[in-house]
Amino acid sequence: MASKPVRVLVGKVGLDGHDRGAKVVAQALRDAGMEVIYTGLRQTPEQIVETALQEDVQVIGLSILSGAHMQLLPPILEMLHEQESHDIIVIVGGIIPKEDTLYLKEKGIAEVFSPGTSTEKIVSFIKQKMGDNK
Amino acid sequence: MTDYNNSDLLGKAKKAWEDLVSKTLDKHPERKDFKLDSGHQLEKIYDPITMGSFDYLNQLNWPGEYPFTRGIQPTMYRGRLWTIRQYAGYGSAEETNKRFRYLLEQGQTGLSVAFDLPTQVGYDSDHLLARGEVGKVGVAIDSLVDMEILMNQIPLDQVSTSMTINAPAAVLLAMYLAVAEKQGVAPDKLKGTIQNDILKEYVARGTYIFPPKESMRLVVDILAFAGEKVPSWNPISISGYHIREAGSNAVQEVAFTLSNAIAYVEAALKAGMKVDQFAPRLSFFFNAHSNFFEEVAKFRAARRIWARLMKERFGAEDPRSMTLRFHTQTAGCTLTAQQPDVNLMRVAFQALSAVLGGTQSLHTNSRDEALALPSEHSVQLALRTQQVIAHEIGVTDTVDPLGGSYYIEELTDLLEKQVNSYIESIDEIGGAVEAINKGFIQQEIQASAYQYQKEVEEQKRIVVGVNRFTEGEEKPIDLLKMDPATSRRQLERLKELRLSRNQDKVASSLQNLRKAARGEENLMPHILSAVKVYATLGEICGALRDVFGEYQQQINL
Repeated sequence: MASKPVRVLVGKVGLDGHDRGAKVVAQALRDAGMEVIYTGLRQTPEQIVETALQEDVQVIGLSILSGAHMQLLPPILEMLHEQESHDIIVIVGGIIPKEDTLYLKEKGIAEVFSPGTSTEKIVSFIKQKMGDNK
Repeated sequence: MTDYNNSDLLGKAKKAWEDLVSKTLDKHPERKDFKLDSGHQLEKIYDPITMGSFDYLNQLNWPGEYPFTRGIQPTMYRGRLWTIRQYAGYGSAEETNKRFRYLLEQGQTGLSVAFDLPTQVGYDSDHLLARGEVGKVGVAIDSLVDMEILMNQIPLDQVSTSMTINAPAAVLLAMYLAVAEKQGVAPDKLKGTIQNDILKEYVARGTYIFPPKESMRLVVDILAFAGEKVPSWNPISISGYHIREAGSNAVQEVAFTLSNAIAYVEAALKAGMKVDQFAPRLSFFFNAHSNFFEEVAKFRAARRIWARLMKERFGAEDPRSMTLRFHTQTAGCTLTAQQPDVNLMRVAFQALSAVLGGTQSLHTNSRDEALALPSEHSVQLALRTQQVIAHEIGVTDTVDPLGGSYYIEELTDLLEKQVNSYIESIDEIGGAVEAINKGFIQQEIQASAYQYQKEVEEQKRIVVGVNRFTEGEEKPIDLLKMDPATSRRQLERLKELRLSRNQDKVASSLQNLRKAARGEENLMPHILSAVKVYATLGEICGALRDVFGEYQQQINL
């Protein structure tokens, strides 16, 4: 029996307008058989969490290239924790320096993908994680 | 020179060569399909036969002469080099002012201001949505106070300043005018540019505020005001740069940019302006991407298409209305996080294509921009790259040195045709605004972006250090660290301003602005009055939001 497709929220958090990466990843995940909800631009951390819960997603993929990741990402993880939804896998892509990556991973981000990452790598990361969670 | 065109000598000679080619191919097949980034299949070689009959006067003519294919001035860089204009700005107005003065000392000839995202979308630094963003991708400007600091000790009659600002462009221009007034510089002495190109924000860059109709009104108000009061200012820089960064190919970049330009021209005409009254001040901004010859041809084709559009479609008579003046920036999206020093080479080749394409000003990216905001050292290398091109390698010694190359002329013709056919399809949809409303332009860009990514992943497109030649040790480079205190200081300054200014004057200036926005008069004088009594950017944009509403992004995915 075919398993239910993975549901993924792809979101742009903050005021950053660079959505090429987010859209390309969203399309690649969809082509890989996942159900993708794309938020569009200018989402607050609160909106991201709200949509993720409403849409009952298993994965949140956030894109941020503006440098505001250290302020905008941790609140998302905290809110998910408060909602007891910390089983949702949160992954991030964008321009994020190495030392910030370490910090964000400590906070609970599952993976940070830097520029140049193939969509295939992101797809297989999600598939592997979903396998682990079963 | 022998005229081979009518002789079959040439045809026979080529036939003989083709026989040679097919023998060679039997032994050594070619490595791959050779295509332009925009998809066109390339010939092995371009020659008098592929070129066919070529009308020099009609297609090229001399530089400074219609259709300006070879350049917009008769002597180009022999007379005056392009303006070296590095986009800069981060943190506070004080820090950016310091960087500007450093760049001017280093030989830069024009300023280019990067604003932080809250400024770009019309929020003050203390707005909820500004959290984490203050001073990040540019300088935070909340009020005239910040602009005064930003331009401190920079004589505004001696520099030209480009401001990458769109939705709130009127407010930032007003602040600049107010600072100039305080310096005692008359508005007609001011040189510079505001980007003020809202249409591409909806499809590529994302810093819109108001809906398209109201935004177009603001653009036209600025065109009219600047034309009269700040005649040497470029009141708009119609930008393909971000369209390309969002994933379009070269043809789409020019086609969507010029379609947007057509929409602005039509809006200005509809508002009662005469074409030769505003068109000479329209300026453009393109991307210098990696496919070298395609890019050179793109700049040349863009000039020719614009000249013909303005003359034939809009009946312009002043040659300055027909000349496409443009700024170029190297392609940020081609910078790699892997082996970042290699980006120096990418940037140099891209910059060279812009110079061979006849750009009026140029920004070269820094090698570390896929990792962080550029460090001072990286910015200096980027600046030096332009100086090497300008002074050492001889490419500025003669005008349009690639002109007449079979390949370049063929590409220029080809791109012109392809761009024109795209412009026609947008015309059929009802113009750029309608094509944006229908999501057509967004979908086209998105499809190209996805295809590009697939080509990289399938190794059809090689990116050094990313999908090939990935081995080798990564040497860490020093990245710029942002001062976390910047945002706090900005908030303090804003708080102080709100306490110290004359509240009644602020309130009444905003009330007047709202009233004017409901009517039809030009909004610029009202915005200028509000700025001068230290109303903040967020308050001014807020007043306009009250009347105009906000744009809701369409999601076409």
